[in-house]
Amino acid sequence: MEKFEKLTGIAAPMPLVNIDTDMIIPKQFLKTIKRSGLGVNLFDEMRYDDAGNEIPDFVLNKPQYRDAEILVAGDNFGCGSSREHAPWALKDFGIRSVISTSFADIFYNNCFKNGILPIVLPREAVDVLMKDAEKGSNARMTVDLENQTVTSSDGESFSFELDSFKKHCLMNGLDDIGLTMEKAASIDSFEAQASQARPWV
Amino acid sequence: MSPKTLYDKIWDAHVAHEADDGTCLLYIDRHLVHEVTSPQAFEGLRMAGRSVRAPDKTIAVPDHNVPTTPGREDPKNMTEDSAIQVAALDKNAKDFGIHYYPVSDVRQGIVHIVGPEQGWTLPGMTVVCGDSHTATHGAFGALAHGIGTSEVEHVLATQTLIQKKSKNMKVEITGKLRPGVTAKDITLSVIGETGTAGGTGYVIEYCGEAIRDLSMEGRMTVCNMAIEGGARAGLIAPDEKTFEYVKGRPHAPKGAQWEAAMAWWKTLFSDEDAHWDKVITIKGEDIAPVVTWGTSPEDVLPITAEVPKPDSFEGGKVGAAKRSIEYMGLTPGQKLSDIEIDTVFIGSCTNGRIEDLRAAAEILKGKKIAVKRAMVVPGSGLVRAQAEEEGLADIFKEAGFEWRLAGCSMCLAMNPDQLAPGERCAATSNRNFEGRQGRGGRTHLMSPAMAAAAAITGKLTDVREMM
Ligand code: SF4
Repeated sequence: MEKFEKLTGIAAPMPLVNIDTDMIIPKQFLKTIKRSGLGVNLFDEMRYDDAGNEIPDFVLNKPQYRDAEILVAGDNFGCGSSREHAPWALKDFGIRSVISTSFADIFYNNCFKNGILPIVLPREAVDVLMKDAEKGSNARMTVDLENQTVTSSDGESFSFELDSFKKHCLMNGLDDIGLTMEKAASIDSFEAQASQARPWV
Repeated sequence: MSPKTLYDKIWDAHVAHEADDGTCLLYIDRHLVHEVTSPQAFEGLRMAGRSVRAPDKTIAVPDHNVPTTPGREDPKNMTEDSAIQVAALDKNAKDFGIHYYPVSDVRQGIVHIVGPEQGWTLPGMTVVCGDSHTATHGAFGALAHGIGTSEVEHVLATQTLIQKKSKNMKVEITGKLRPGVTAKDITLSVIGETGTAGGTGYVIEYCGEAIRDLSMEGRMTVCNMAIEGGARAGLIAPDEKTFEYVKGRPHAPKGAQWEAAMAWWKTLFSDEDAHWDKVITIKGEDIAPVVTWGTSPEDVLPITAEVPKPDSFEGGKVGAAKRSIEYMGLTPGQKLSDIEIDTVFIGSCTNGRIEDLRAAAEILKGKKIAVKRAMVVPGSGLVRAQAEEEGLADIFKEAGFEWRLAGCSMCLAMNPDQLAPGERCAATSNRNFEGRQGRGGRTHLMSPAMAAAAAITGKLTDVREMM
């Protein structure tokens, strides 16, 4: 997995609440058996019209946000389907961090497995950063994972909370399965004990 | 011993390892797999030279994008990309030696219907699947939740999941339901009350007289939508109804093992003074038959209400409501019961079980549909067979419904069953997101009885007027 340390980049504002994973990557793009190549279809139904042409008003189609690496979004981002295609599509487009007041649980977890940092901040902070993002491509935001801060283009800084294990894995690009495999002995002994206690499982 | 909730008890019985910071490896008893969220996980295993740790506890079934029309055993009758995914699942099931129900098997169906039906889902278990509606299995008092594809791979390889414990939330539905009010109305009303993020960070336990009174089918409907309220999982404590449902199922324990299992299952309830981080109480008698008007499952109102005015909301929801109403082609103030529909969809893991079909057929008996298209998609081949045996299929067909083969179908419209742009559907499924049932399609969520009533009148209808 790609490491995440510090990122300074363009942030795109998406103030809509309850942006669900169907919006992030509509189901017709889930028929792939690969993880890559989904970026062109990120937000497909908001981004293109029926004929497949770009809708100029959509934020990521605007020239100043085409290279966005950060999204500042409304409440409850990533709700709905568990599809990991959502973070795959964000990542493939180039988004490395999403900032909101809240995220749906499964989406939040899925981000960390793909080198994306979801950041939860209080409403006031998100409001400030949303305004900052609206300034366009000259306003570059900085996300610093090590110090757990987001800094707006005019230097206003906000700290965010993060689970220490998730942070460790993201900063070092660690693969969960490899880490868990190191604890195989615990799993073996749990399995042995559980098969005594609940043999019907 | 300090008092525990049901969630605490199941959690404690499955912790295989706990790190100092509270991060746990939770042992997984059942892993359900389908064709859409698993190919990349199996590919990952192959690339790393890993095997499936517990193939005996892993069950696969194609459901999300299979056609629901006859002849689907032949890949030529599927779109090319669907056929590739189904073929990949066939191959992965064979290569890794996991249990498998191919489309040609009468037991095939929606993964969350097949699991309980075959007795794979049992009280006190941990159950996961690369699908958010895994919450359904919580109806058995099993800790069940959806996971992403990387986690699917993690469970395949290690039979564990890296987890931190959620908080405990109790949702109590007291007293009795009024006539015409169903499990679907309960679960939608709860989301209407808490919002789609109200359960974030929690595992919900549903309890109270109205929940106890529900059949297992109804309880599955309630737990199914826990995720729509943002919760990690929904739970209902097992009781005699649960044991009765489970007994004799193909993969349920038998003989001495059944006795041993029962002894443990009977301890699976929340202790009297267990600690709850959040409690919500709703009176059963206050719940009405509801429908959704917008594009979020929290956009719920009684069928007797009107399309709301966006200004009646607060914050970001004002804009969202405006957008929803526009997308849905509605006018604020319009009566919900005046909304005309084109299509009716009865099915999905929320309401595709035998009891749901019975409820709809009851309303449809001897009547004809007044919509362009109506379809019933039974949740599994076995539900379909039973409905045929009970004569329900004939009622549907005579009314003008299409009688389909099992699968997810128009719940998410990955297969050919889709709404055209602007088409409006009365659906028994669980999501009314923009484009969920087809690009530009408009979805109103409701119970099977309400969907049947809408099929007859051609508009959203209060089912109580037909009872
Ligand atoms: S029926 Fe719908 S909600 Fe249920 S598993 Fe299938 S697609 Fe998901």
